[in-house]
Amino acid sequence: MNRLLPFIGFMLLVGLFGFGIWWNTQHDPNAIPTPLLNKPAPEFNLPKLYEPAQKVSKADLLGKPYLLNVFASWCIECGVEHPVLSAAAPTLGVQLVGYNYKDPPADAKNWLAKHGNPYALLIADEPGNTAIDFGVYGAPESFLIDAKGVIRYKHIGPITPEVMAKELKPAIAAMLKEAQ
Amino acid sequence: MTPELGQLALILALLLALAQSILPLVGAWRGNRALMAVARPAAAGQAVFVAMAFGILAWAFLRFDFSVQYVADNSNLALPWYYRIAAVWGAHEGSLLLWILILNVWTIALAALSQKLPEVFASRVIAVMGLIAVGFLAFIIFTSNPFGRLLPMPGDGADLNPVLQDPGMTFHPPMLYMGYVGFSVAFAFSIAALLGGELEQAWVRWARPWTNMAWAFLTCGIVAGSWWAYAELGWGGWWFWDPVENASFMPWLVGAALIHAQAVTEKRGSLRAWTILLSIFAFSLSLLGTFLVRSGVLTSVHAFASDPRRGVFILAFLTIVVGGSLLLYALRAPKVLGGKAFNVVSRETVLLIGNLMFAVAAAMVLLGTLFPLIGDALNLGRISVGPPYFGFLFPLLMAPVVLLMPFGPFLRWGKGDAPVLKGLLLRVVVAALACAIVAAFLVDGNLKAIVGVAAGVWVVVGVLLYALKRWREAPRGRRYPGEMAGMLLAHLGVGIFVIGVLLSESLSVTRDVRMAPGETQHIGSYDFRFDGVHHTTGPNWTADQGTVTVTRGEKQIAVMHPQKRTYPRGQVQTESAVDAGVTRDLYVALGEPMDANNLEGAWALRLYTKPFIRWIWGGGLLMMLGGVVCATDKRFRLKRAAKAEGVVDAGATLQVGESRA
Repeated sequence: MNRLLPFIGFMLLVGLFGFGIWWNTQHDPNAIPTPLLNKPAPEFNLPKLYEPAQKVSKADLLGKPYLLNVFASWCIECGVEHPVLSAAAPTLGVQLVGYNYKDPPADAKNWLAKHGNPYALLIADEPGNTAIDFGVYGAPESFLIDAKGVIRYKHIGPITPEVMAKELKPAIAAMLKEAQ
Repeated sequence: MTPELGQLALILALLLALAQSILPLVGAWRGNRALMAVARPAAAGQAVFVAMAFGILAWAFLRFDFSVQYVADNSNLALPWYYRIAAVWGAHEGSLLLWILILNVWTIALAALSQKLPEVFASRVIAVMGLIAVGFLAFIIFTSNPFGRLLPMPGDGADLNPVLQDPGMTFHPPMLYMGYVGFSVAFAFSIAALLGGELEQAWVRWARPWTNMAWAFLTCGIVAGSWWAYAELGWGGWWFWDPVENASFMPWLVGAALIHAQAVTEKRGSLRAWTILLSIFAFSLSLLGTFLVRSGVLTSVHAFASDPRRGVFILAFLTIVVGGSLLLYALRAPKVLGGKAFNVVSRETVLLIGNLMFAVAAAMVLLGTLFPLIGDALNLGRISVGPPYFGFLFPLLMAPVVLLMPFGPFLRWGKGDAPVLKGLLLRVVVAALACAIVAAFLVDGNLKAIVGVAAGVWVVVGVLLYALKRWREAPRGRRYPGEMAGMLLAHLGVGIFVIGVLLSESLSVTRDVRMAPGETQHIGSYDFRFDGVHHTTGPNWTADQGTVTVTRGEKQIAVMHPQKRTYPRGQVQTESAVDAGVTRDLYVALGEPMDANNLEGAWALRLYTKPFIRWIWGGGLLMMLGGVVCATDKRFRLKRAAKAEGVVDAGATLQVGESRA
């Protein structure tokens, strides 16, 4: 019996690991809770990408819901989500606002010229300071912001067709339904 | 086309590994020499194909083959060639490939050097190594293929995690894996002994240098990792008790116990079951370490969540390997028992106490590491225990080891004599007290620092006294054989390490400050003057580089350049500046600019002075050196002619010398 103790102890450990695997399939271990979720979006006042003299603030965008999409020309995954966003933009139901992050304007414009520009409005945050208020980890990230300026949904990483169908569209539908 | 060849090579390696493991085991069971003879050629063939696969992946990195997903994910055009080589093991798939490559290196060495072991035993040992390889190769091929293609091929890749772009980090994983995988040799020996139902002391003697080398590599890997964390992470700490570090520390602790247990078993034949159990534990914890880091059960690594198959595979593999060996142990261990009885006052007793302390410490670390998981299981929420738990319990468990360390070598096997101990005790106590009193004045009565000096001196004086005894009593040329010298070096390392830890922990000064150019901060007798920040660039990064000039009185000590680097994908990485010294390190990390427009050029800086911190790694390196020197002892080389009992061992030489005198 004594000599079986190490074996028994190890099997308990196996049980624990099995539980860990099961637990991880039930929960999303990568879900980084956004403290901003269902809170008002942070204030910002950023220049437009194509007319840097004009600034856009949070107040300017109140009244209409929009999807704020953080992207950059240096970001490879942004190229992955770009066709998905472009295809969905006309039927999205909300305005698509591009948030150009830590990017020299010339590079961003080249990139948009090459890949197409689905954005209704483009703002630029070259120093990346405002992005800190949004808690941006990197590009791409997307924030769904309602007419009252509250963040309703956030996605870190590229919006794949799957994310679009299973998460973003339902989130938009729920938001629009609530607004009626 | 080439990446597919890599995958093909892995599949062939898997088939050869199956041959290497199954046929010799059947052969050893049936007494069929032809089947046993398959072991070595199959191992050689497996090694060729694994090396080929590794080479192909490295080649894909060198020539920027971004059509390979793994290459595109972990390198880009701007990455220098040496980091592209390191990128091969920079993420999950490649690091497994490195693991299996290193396993093959050990297997080949084992196959080449085991010619003089009995055929049945040697073929079993090689077969067990083959079984481990089967598990890992299957894991790579079925769940973690590094050769998967990415279509369409991107023009440029992502980047190797900037945290890993450091010389210390290129070198750390291979060393660590050499250690982890090296314990597979002792493991294979134990399993082969359990399968055969006999354990000869000569075989244990043959296995000892392997364990020593594995442990030395592991020590080196841990020291490199600790040094890297210190230099790179910018917190000035050298050990954080995080799961990744603990994963490497547990096999180290058990490995240290195993080294000593093997010595007892080899020389006296006792503690056999314990030696076998420890070698199973050391390797199991190595596997657990590899997997805990990789599987994400604990740290929630991205790859795992997306592919639960990996976790299930890992768990199944662990269950078969560890569960199987422990079951085998339960059934067969009584067969291999034996050895000489020993007295309460004896070297065996001291070694056993040390062993138990190491084992309990490893269990304590395991418990602490798994705590979040246990919390989930008992529905208590995700609780972590951190440095307070480890920092309290670990020194408590290690205190007996440090206290007993000077006495172990002085005691004889079987039955020691108390009077020798009394004389020794008196000397080490006097030495430790004297140094503690001197230290008390130098450190202003800081208790932790005084304890550090006393404990360190205690160990060091004990080691020096024993070295002196050998010098006086053993005949010239036999005074310090490899095994003896290795032991002395490693124990000396422990003393140095203890001093380094306690002095740097208690006397370090940290200061977070805002500094404008020209401003000066005083820490102790050092003046840190901030000379501003300018922009600089490297091969694949841009950086803000600060300049800090350190003076002491009139004399300039160092000009330091801490950096804040930005890599192409926007990741920011601090590069601390360290001015190293024997008695103190000066350490500066650059924080953030203090205002958005940065009119004044003021920055947040973190300044440290860290007395004696280098002794921590110095002690670690001495321990490593001890392991290596020990492994070179001529006595461990197997001679077919030498009878197990006829070989003179270091302990026996001493006893002979004493009885002559």
